[in-house]
Amino acid sequence: MSSAESNHHEVIIIGSGPAGLTAAIYTARANLSPLVIEGEPSSTSDQPGGQLMLTTEVENFPGFPEGVMGPDLMMKFREQAARFSTTFITEKVTKVDFSNRPFSVWVRDTKYTAQSIIVSTGAQSIMLGLENEKRFYGHGLSTCATCDGFFFKGQEIAVVGGGDSAIEEATFLTKFASKVTIVHRRETLRASKIMQQRALSNPKIEFKWNSQVTEILGTQKLQGVGLVDTITGQKSQLDVTGLFVAIGHRPNTDLFKGVLAMEDSGYLKTRPGSSYTNIDGVFACGDVQDHTYRQAITAAGSGCMAAIDCERWLEAQH
Amino acid sequence: MADGIITLTSVNFDETVKSSTTPILVDFWAEWCGPCKAMNPVLAEIAKEQVGNVIVAKLNVDEHGEIAQRFNVMSIPTMILFKDGEMQKQVIGAKGKSQLLAWISEFTSIKN
Repeated sequence: MSSAESNHHEVIIIGSGPAGLTAAIYTARANLSPLVIEGEPSSTSDQPGGQLMLTTEVENFPGFPEGVMGPDLMMKFREQAARFSTTFITEKVTKVDFSNRPFSVWVRDTKYTAQSIIVSTGAQSIMLGLENEKRFYGHGLSTCATCDGFFFKGQEIAVVGGGDSAIEEATFLTKFASKVTIVHRRETLRASKIMQQRALSNPKIEFKWNSQVTEILGTQKLQGVGLVDTITGQKSQLDVTGLFVAIGHRPNTDLFKGVLAMEDSGYLKTRPGSSYTNIDGVFACGDVQDHTYRQAITAAGSGCMAAIDCERWLEAQH
Repeated sequence: MADGIITLTSVNFDETVKSSTTPILVDFWAEWCGPCKAMNPVLAEIAKEQVGNVIVAKLNVDEHGEIAQRFNVMSIPTMILFKDGEMQKQVIGAKGKSQLLAWISEFTSIKN
């Protein structure tokens, strides 16, 4: 087989979270020998396995009554896909061309072609967008509580955000920190009731409601954050040595700008009740097209839909 | 270690780093860190393919925290490249193989 031929596939799946790997399991079992371009290691959720790689215990994924660690769950997804002739490339897609069939996908200088594409690139954490944010990354500012919580033993730290991931991180961080302040710009949490109860009853967790982080303070290491009250406009300072950011997500769709139809917010548009995008033969599943549910189980479900849509579409081409 | 990766500890750290004539890439990691685990296959491939160009080593921050502290490691994975016993470069966060090879290339004879 020449290398040009080996680079051609029935289906290429871009991204390897619950959606992409479920699509891989289904298309592989349909004998489509999928190629999964799974991304490359990073310390953000933009990595093979996706957002669950940065979580600890997952308690709501059916089939695991005792709970399961996020990275372990994703390892199992991947093993299951690998069992049925899935090929993996541990790199990031750098360019796509969906204007002709077969579709083209590049990883730097290497071109891969496919009859069909499943996009499951997911979403990643939004950063605060403050001027000196990058400088403090790894010096008090973190995006990964499970990685870095250990370094804040006995210290006072803060978590920014009010959703499930913020509350989960804050609760986890109380294992190490002496005090965790949750800074949230509203007065109520978006997090699920059970997570809220856990945080509200945790003696190590305090809340700063209606507050926004406007400044990171410190010289070499982070020494505090500047806050502004979103109602009164009053400024204050919170002395912490660590800051964990969990203020929401944005879809990983930069690669598809001008190629696939998307919402103003960047989420890919799919035909309601299906995984069809605006391009025939290109399907989307998981968080990259879902800003409503954003759960591992819904991502996996939509990955299954994309695989079935893709399989039937390929069938109809013959 | 069987995979060609050296395990550093507070006992052997200084001697290993000082006595090596080949640059050493040290990965600061811990068992509970997901992105650290994602680095394992990357580091294993580099260790295998770059024999003579770079030595790959790992230091567990849980067990040898004083070494991590000495280099101000507050986030893992952190990778530090040592040459002639001196720290040359430090990078925070998991990286892909090509990124990591490009990052160490100026101190080694690696061709990308």
